[in-house]
Amino acid sequence: MTMQIADNVSLSSPDAKSRAHAAAARNDLRTEPKAVRLVIITLAIAFLSVFVVLPLVVVFAQAFAKGILAYLAALAEPEALAAIKLTLAVAAISVSLNLVFGLVAAWAVAKFEFPGKTVLITLIDLPFSVSPVISGLVFVLLFGAQGYFGGWLRDHDIQILFAVPGIALATTFVTFPFVARALIPLMQEQGTQEEEAAISLGASGLQTFFRVTLPNIKWGVLYGVLLCNARAMGEFGAVSVVSGHIRGETNTMPLLVEILYNEYQFVAAFAIASLLAMLALVTLVAKIILERHLDEGRDVHDH
Amino acid sequence: MTIEVKNLVKKFGSFAALDGVDLKVNDGELLALLGPSGSGKTTLLRIIAGLDWPDAGEVSFNGEDALAQGARERHVGFVFQHYALFRHMSVFENVAFGLRVQPRAVRKDEATIRRRVKELLDLVQLDWLADRYPSQLSGGQRQRIALARALAIEPRILLLDEPFGALDAKVRKELRKWLRSLHNEIHVTSIFVTHDQEEALEVANRVVVMDKGRIEQVGSPDDVYETPATAFVHSFIGESIELPVQVDGGVVRLGDSPLQLAAEGLAPGASRLFVRRHDMVVGPAGSGAFEGAVQHVRNFGPVQRAEVTLSGGETIEIDAPRDRGLRAGDTVGLEPRRYRIFAG
Repeated sequence: MTMQIADNVSLSSPDAKSRAHAAAARNDLRTEPKAVRLVIITLAIAFLSVFVVLPLVVVFAQAFAKGILAYLAALAEPEALAAIKLTLAVAAISVSLNLVFGLVAAWAVAKFEFPGKTVLITLIDLPFSVSPVISGLVFVLLFGAQGYFGGWLRDHDIQILFAVPGIALATTFVTFPFVARALIPLMQEQGTQEEEAAISLGASGLQTFFRVTLPNIKWGVLYGVLLCNARAMGEFGAVSVVSGHIRGETNTMPLLVEILYNEYQFVAAFAIASLLAMLALVTLVAKIILERHLDEGRDVHDH
Repeated sequence: MTIEVKNLVKKFGSFAALDGVDLKVNDGELLALLGPSGSGKTTLLRIIAGLDWPDAGEVSFNGEDALAQGARERHVGFVFQHYALFRHMSVFENVAFGLRVQPRAVRKDEATIRRRVKELLDLVQLDWLADRYPSQLSGGQRQRIALARALAIEPRILLLDEPFGALDAKVRKELRKWLRSLHNEIHVTSIFVTHDQEEALEVANRVVVMDKGRIEQVGSPDDVYETPATAFVHSFIGESIELPVQVDGGVVRLGDSPLQLAAEGLAPGASRLFVRRHDMVVGPAGSGAFEGAVQHVRNFGPVQRAEVTLSGGETIEIDAPRDRGLRAGDTVGLEPRRYRIFAG
């Protein structure tokens, strides 16, 4: 009360009054005092700088510490090239497998009612809730020399563990949820009416899928594939258990980074790491673009 | 194309959506399935289209077993309440879809398809929207495009599921008239589902009234309005006054007092008396079968709607002509011009 009176006295000129009103209006819209806002924003930026931006900068700084030639030479090492090739191959295998599995699972969950549906949805999330190391160990238990299928595999001379199939399997398992997770809510929201319309217009099952269902979910599919790919290339834990770390053969990029770092080859380690960091940046940009398309798709759909 | 449905049963869990439905649809007629939500009308429509399958019963088109065919083979045009237009296709491509997915042997060439789509867009008077996308259209436009798309395959039967349900009242009225005249033009056997009685009575040749998975009455719009077959039909269609009465010894009683109403042929026991609001003729006190005190009067154009408390204590609403000049506090006699009594 006293404050108000004091204000009224001091702001007697019409000019000052209108300025005070404008300030009051601005304050009403923003509930927090300016100081609090400043503190919160500063904290957020500081946190992001220290924990996200700084590591990224350090990765590139270390990679180029001995100049660009050393950087390129590190990447041209046969071991590095083998790791890059293996990572790309494993990502290609697991992303394509998960594209198919994810589409099928999302289709089943979104378009049909069947007993055990909730169990299936929970199972889809399992790879996210299990530690990747455990995921890798499961495959050792199944396919290892002492594992359930170990004897049979040895008799038939099939190598799964410590070879590409094992790495691909572990990666596929760990990255399974991405495509399905991206598609289930989208497909549930879209419902089945367009498919029903297509079928009553004489379209076959395949025509319906390729002409109606797939175009409607294409941005969701790309979104799932993008995240799935990023994780597949970056996966460490599960792959580390099943890979066997055979140099030039079963080392993926993340595994090679660790090995090189432990051997004090910092430039080489960070050169490979910088590739993974760039993958992350590209993924981020692509993600933003895809999310925009996904939102547009949602706007089109209204009842 | 005639459609015949025999003893159709469809259950969702323990809920019987259809509980023994028999129906014959004549060639070229426009039939309305009318009922409250949950009455099974949409289920019946979807089974005829082949989008759902019955647990028991038969469906035949021109005497041929339709259940032996999938939705794809039945050549049925289906129009959805929420349009179900293909959102990533232009209006033109939406309408062309049914022509483009035909087997190669019978598929028309591109020029024929273009001409046909143009004709259909002209028919629904939206040829100027060909290049737009569904999201750019109003609800009424979308539904007309959905109809053009369904007609593109030259369907033997046209089925419409609450076609105007998602539209606002004014557009709905326009489209109703338009559908009526379109049907006069193309004469394809059509069934449409609605919960809006006005829509059913205005548009259809015949109306099928459904409740709880059963057909209550089939008849012309006049039939179902003027001579309802069951208590449900009377209360569902048009505004009705409903009073619980007792029939015994050829006398109809409301509470203790006998009413001066004919009771020939009525089964004795608890019954319900139905009168249309406007069939209650207002006279001076002492005249007519009922006596009551006017509580409120509201005026709607040519009609006065009055709330009247009868001498037995029941309160009813009646419609009297405006020039009758009713006022709150009047005591009046009421004589039902027409009425129906149903047992139960």
